[in-house]
Amino acid sequence: MSLRSPLGRVLGQGSAGGSHHWWTQRVGSVALIPLGLWFAVSLGMLPDHGYETVHAWLAKPVNAVLMLVMVPLVAHHSHLGMQVVIEDYVHSKGRKVAVMLFSQFAHVLLAAAAFFAVLRVAFAGTTGVFGAEAV
Amino acid sequence: MAARERPLSPHLQVYRPMYTMVLSISHRITGVALTFGLLLFAWWLLALATGPEAYARAGEFIGSPFGLLVLSGFAFAYWYHFFAGIRHLVWDTGRGLEKPQARRSALIVLAATALFTLVSVVAIVRAGGAA
Repeated sequence: MSLRSPLGRVLGQGSAGGSHHWWTQRVGSVALIPLGLWFAVSLGMLPDHGYETVHAWLAKPVNAVLMLVMVPLVAHHSHLGMQVVIEDYVHSKGRKVAVMLFSQFAHVLLAAAAFFAVLRVAFAGTTGVFGAEAV
Repeated sequence: MAARERPLSPHLQVYRPMYTMVLSISHRITGVALTFGLLLFAWWLLALATGPEAYARAGEFIGSPFGLLVLSGFAFAYWYHFFAGIRHLVWDTGRGLEKPQARRSALIVLAATALFTLVSVVAIVRAGGAA
């Protein structure tokens, strides 16, 4: 006899999580259409890709904000996609959990690194609350 | 727990090979490739945030012949996944699932990918030459 109620045992086991996964992936994908197009075209159109040009490009508020939107979306999209691939191709349960955890942690780390980098570029040279004297 | 031998449903080999199958698996392959591209993306951004020296070091790799090849490969994966992804989103609305429609949209995806990849690779090689 278990202390867990029948409801408690089945919650989260059904397909509800699946449809949430599905929807999240779709909504993120739709948002990434304009963002992905903007990123490639905007970056590709720069006259050169030296430090000054690219730094100035990313420091512009419109570009910085769009990047701050795109980075978490891309990382989440990538995480959700890898999750499905891992579920499909990694069969041993232990290895599946390990690979899944690694993938998720790696995505969070990558997203944080990229997000931080954008902020640092965006606020470099500004003064006041975000004073960048130390940069 | 011993795996029990269970009857398997017919798999890939019972179907006549079609290019639409290649496109289907390519969406996954390019998606996984782009996940690894995120490493390059984050490294490039961090280098830009760190300073001119770090950015120059990243540029040395990315601007090398090998780096340009890798970047061109990512450009292909990016555009393929982009257009094939839009095709998937259209399917998700229940449209375009008839075989002739799916074959036509496959060709559209390939043509758009070819065009955008070509333009990107020209830009990448040109930028690499200038660096």
